[in-house]
Amino acid sequence: MRTRCILPALGALTLLAAIVSPADAAGAIEGGGRQALNMPAIVMFFAFVAATLGITYWAARRTRSAADFYAAGGGITGMQNGLAIAGDYMSAASFLGISGLVFASGFDGLIYSVGWLVGWPIILFLIAERLRNLGKYTFADVASFRLEQTPIRSLSAVGTLTVVAFYLIAQMVGAGKLIELLFGLPYLYAVILVGALMIIYVAFGGMVATTWVQIIKACLLLGGATFMALMVLVHFGFSPEAMFRAAVDIHPKQISIMAPGNLVTDPVSAVSLGLALMFGTAGLPHILMRFFTVADAKAARKSVFYATGFIGYFYILTFIIGFGAITLLMNDPEYFKVAASGAYNKITDLLGGTNMAAIHLAKAVGGSLFLGFISAVAFATILAVVAGLTLAGASAVSHDLYASVIAKGRVAEDREVRLSKLSALVIGVVAIMLGYIFENQNVAFMVGLAFAVAASCNFPVLLMSVFWKGTTSRGVLIGGFLGLVSAVTMVVLSPAVWVKTFGFKAAYFPYDNPALFSMTIAFAGIWLFSKLDVSERARKEQAAYEPQYVRSETGIGAAGAMAH
Amino acid sequence: MTPDIFDKVKRDRRFQELVATRARFAWMLSGAMLVIYFGFIFIIAFAPKSLGTPIGASVITAGIPLGLFVIVSAFVLTGIYVRRANSEFDAITREIIEEVK
Repeated sequence: MRTRCILPALGALTLLAAIVSPADAAGAIEGGGRQALNMPAIVMFFAFVAATLGITYWAARRTRSAADFYAAGGGITGMQNGLAIAGDYMSAASFLGISGLVFASGFDGLIYSVGWLVGWPIILFLIAERLRNLGKYTFADVASFRLEQTPIRSLSAVGTLTVVAFYLIAQMVGAGKLIELLFGLPYLYAVILVGALMIIYVAFGGMVATTWVQIIKACLLLGGATFMALMVLVHFGFSPEAMFRAAVDIHPKQISIMAPGNLVTDPVSAVSLGLALMFGTAGLPHILMRFFTVADAKAARKSVFYATGFIGYFYILTFIIGFGAITLLMNDPEYFKVAASGAYNKITDLLGGTNMAAIHLAKAVGGSLFLGFISAVAFATILAVVAGLTLAGASAVSHDLYASVIAKGRVAEDREVRLSKLSALVIGVVAIMLGYIFENQNVAFMVGLAFAVAASCNFPVLLMSVFWKGTTSRGVLIGGFLGLVSAVTMVVLSPAVWVKTFGFKAAYFPYDNPALFSMTIAFAGIWLFSKLDVSERARKEQAAYEPQYVRSETGIGAAGAMAH
Repeated sequence: MTPDIFDKVKRDRRFQELVATRARFAWMLSGAMLVIYFGFIFIIAFAPKSLGTPIGASVITAGIPLGLFVIVSAFVLTGIYVRRANSEFDAITREIIEEVK
């Protein structure tokens, strides 16, 4: 048995640890050594892998053009895309992290999940259909629609790769820890397995395989979570009152689990966190790419509607699961590290840390077979999410950096796709190496950083180039770059990273989440430097707004679905 | 796709009406979402006690239905937008496109 430092590694809880109130980060997955091999989990996991490899084979045979590779040929329906988007969003971290947060502090988990959801309506109202009408494969297509290709695509690619890198490291480290714990597989093997599978999905199956892996996983996760929540409700005769009553009686924090705790403290932090969650979502490259996989604006809208429904439903389930875990686990020493005296802390002594609440609950309501199922689903979830990230990163390299910036658009389609596959391989190998290097590091802040960069660089660049006629290349380049740099700098100098991660005495920046400030810098920068730009090029770019505007509103001239 | 088409569409009165109506509608719904969400967050920041008020004799507090309301409202608002955009707005868009073809 190796002992490890506590590693709050998983994505959503990380965000919590990083940008909300680090004191609350009770929910770490503690790498207290490996478990014995979990056979039902392993069998079910291999069934999932076999099925997804079959899909990848099928997808590879029908992936011929660049449109197939990047955008599944535009042949995904609104409902399918809604499931895939929801799948991208319902990471293992949000499933385990939020139910763990509810388990540890009750109501605060609800506050947290609400923040994750409310970005979706904004994406629908302001971005989804315009993105579909203007873009082809990546959000850089939209941002650079009427602007200078080289600088704007370079900036978008840097924004994309930064978000993908931080997100991917957090996911890889979290995956390694979780798999080690659930399956008894050594950390390094787990990371290599995840990396190898994601390379195969992306390099061979492109967007078609990535989307279907995501859809299958979303269905499994929604199905499993529904079953758990139902079993909890059955236990209490479908009376929420009885469930909450039992939870209040059992939980050490008693009635205070029914009210806000210390997740949100001052208004500035609250607003800054809200902005990062809301607009960070609207700047995540792997999510934005999904809008190019549907046939038209109509399907793009529908996909957000379905996605919002699935995600909202999922968060309600995690809330019930968290309360179910309180009532069904806390009085059962089987799930805790019990001292010789027989005493245990009902929150912190949960085996594997509070993030394992949902996993333990699976055993409590469905026995070891269902535990195996949920463990396999958690693994599948990580796989699907990292595959989406890898595809977004590979597309930024091949479609934006290589085809447009380096080859200036003079590149054969099949060559571009080959390069994208190669990029997926490189990104995968780098992710495995980073996952290994960061094994014992605290990577808690990285998802928070990914969201901050997405909200402060990708989102302002996208919004301003689509909505404001006056936007020029110089404005976007300088403003977007300032947003990126300020977000990264402020996160690094914040209490969560500078003090908690690096161990310095005092933080230079007082807030854990910089979005309120870095977004302001980005928008003000784009506006100011566009205003100051009086070049001939700027005048042409502003004149080119009219046709872009008509196309963004009507879809005239937009790339249609490719028939297979 | 010639530049004339974009010009023609841009000058079309129905196009101007469409984008004005749709923009108003979208910003109104965005505003509603922002007010609901940040309202919820500000109550938590400034008056956390109020959300801990039990409803009647129940152990359930005001915060629980309010939190659920925020989740459901996000879904309902997207539904309202999609319903109108996919019927009324799309029909007008189709008309405009048919004409300039």
